[in-house]
Amino acid sequence: MSSSAKIPGKPASKTTGLHIGEIRPGVSKVDPIVTIDGVSRRFGGLTAVDVEHLEIPRGAITALIGPNGAGKTTLFNLLTGFDKPDTGSWSFAGKSLAGIPAFKVAQMGQVRTFQLTKALSLLTVLENMKLGAKDQRGEKLLYSLFSFLWKVKEVEIEAKAMELLKRFKLDAKKDDFAASLSGGQRKLLEMARALMTDPVLVMLDEPMAGVNPALTQSLLEHVLGLKEQGMTVLFVEHDMHMVRHIADWVIVMAEGRVVAEGPAEEVMKNPAVIDAYLGSHQDTDLGTITGRITLPKGKK
Amino acid sequence: MDWLAILNNTAQSLLSPATMAFALAALGLAMHFGFAGLLNFGIAGYMAIGAYGYAISVLVFGFEWWQGILVSLVASVIFSLILGIPTLRLRGDYLAIVTIAAAEILRLLFLTTAFGDITGGADGLSGYHNSFRAANPFPEADYGFGPWTYNSVELWVLVLGLLALVACVFVLLLLMKSPWGRVIKAIREDEDAVRALGKNVFAYKMQALIIGGIFGSLGGVIYALPSSINPGVYVTSLTFFVWTALLLGGAATVFGPVLGAVLFWVLQSFLSNVLPELVTSGVLPFISSIQASTIRFILVGVGLMLLVIYRPQGILGDKKELTFVK
Repeated sequence: MSSSAKIPGKPASKTTGLHIGEIRPGVSKVDPIVTIDGVSRRFGGLTAVDVEHLEIPRGAITALIGPNGAGKTTLFNLLTGFDKPDTGSWSFAGKSLAGIPAFKVAQMGQVRTFQLTKALSLLTVLENMKLGAKDQRGEKLLYSLFSFLWKVKEVEIEAKAMELLKRFKLDAKKDDFAASLSGGQRKLLEMARALMTDPVLVMLDEPMAGVNPALTQSLLEHVLGLKEQGMTVLFVEHDMHMVRHIADWVIVMAEGRVVAEGPAEEVMKNPAVIDAYLGSHQDTDLGTITGRITLPKGKK
Repeated sequence: MDWLAILNNTAQSLLSPATMAFALAALGLAMHFGFAGLLNFGIAGYMAIGAYGYAISVLVFGFEWWQGILVSLVASVIFSLILGIPTLRLRGDYLAIVTIAAAEILRLLFLTTAFGDITGGADGLSGYHNSFRAANPFPEADYGFGPWTYNSVELWVLVLGLLALVACVFVLLLLMKSPWGRVIKAIREDEDAVRALGKNVFAYKMQALIIGGIFGSLGGVIYALPSSINPGVYVTSLTFFVWTALLLGGAATVFGPVLGAVLFWVLQSFLSNVLPELVTSGVLPFISSIQASTIRFILVGVGLMLLVIYRPQGILGDKKELTFVK
């Protein structure tokens, strides 16, 4: 998969030179889109997130990795206004996001998807897409009663939605309820719907979870395509192949803190990362760990 | 058995102010629950606001009948705001608890003797008809035929009720076909997904609560127009009768609540006529005819259970679109 998942004819070149100075957790970026300072979030006695300083580079694909419970999704929720941190400040494109509700954050161009896909299953695929479009007059209560006030915009939105659906190969399903889509197709639909908002920063929470290998490839291409169109991508993922393959920058979290960051190849060699995330058995076959299968000598 | 009388009474309920009041209230619930997913168990409270708002503004403040209706609608909007601001941010079931409590508080406020001068206490209100009847455009005569014979006052109530119902159905149709309706239906399914797309979910839910509340209070006005207001009507069981009508027709439809209300009243009046007759003619043993007429409420309960289990989407509903609570 790692070599085949390219946009045909165009090797996915990595963006480099994102940081300033020596690479270490919290390193400054040349052009940060999101800046986080001293953000912490506690649930009772548990500190879910405690980030001193973190910058997300603009125009690149950044992966957020870490073991389960490392605080990745919590950080996502904090950044998108779905949760409020106990301390700290954080900003998006130079504007402070403190106290800004989730829907306003989305309107600013920072759109997210969810770990458990939220395709609106009782709306059709096309309705799902149209819902994503911004600045719809017809969504205002008083305007909505007079269809001549929003028909033109509706046609525009539909054209845009169909174009995106074609790109994501969902156009044949436009009139089906989203409930009838497969898990992978729902992930695609959620991503396509997010794109309807014309985002600046796309935040994907485990885009590959539960997606079959055939769809993985096209999802990867779509994520790479986002960067080509000038968007910034931040994603949480457990699939190391995907991270290695498409991430320009990798941030590793463990126990709520950023323990390492850097370009994918270098981060994966970092002993702290191997310890925290990949585990000491990273190259060991699962069978050997559980003791159920004995592998021939030399293969380990 | 006097089948002719039974059928006559049943046929009358096809087109009665009570049926239209129920249809309006059920339409409000369709907005709340069917489309926006707001579990409102306080529709009786909205109806009480409509009825009392109308009668009090006519009796106490000497308003014209149409001003009284406007007061009712404004009062229902205020009630929605008071109800919604603290609760709509919470999960759906909290709204259910708060609405049922709020409706009871309202009813007890209308019932208490403390405000007896205004609300009439346990006696309720009556005699607020002058302005309304003076505006009657129909000359004194009998209209209609068979079971549907009305004098001019009854006709005026019916016409106004029908106009209100048609207007509300039309508004709901337009709303739910619009992008606004799309957002509302999306919120019913998953608020967070809608929030993530940059929509102000709280504002949408509040708008839905207000619109459904307006329908409900209009239903209350129509309920009060023919005769008088009795605080014993606006109890929790009224809420559940309206819910039955809604679920019978189909919660996530526009015409379902109307059909449901009609069927509910036709069935009610058929049973309340036929059951005592069955006792008198000896078909139903062991019970008195007074007991027989309350059996219909048991049957409503059983019917509601069967409906929810076997046909949750109602008569007109699409099972794919709404199966009871998500």
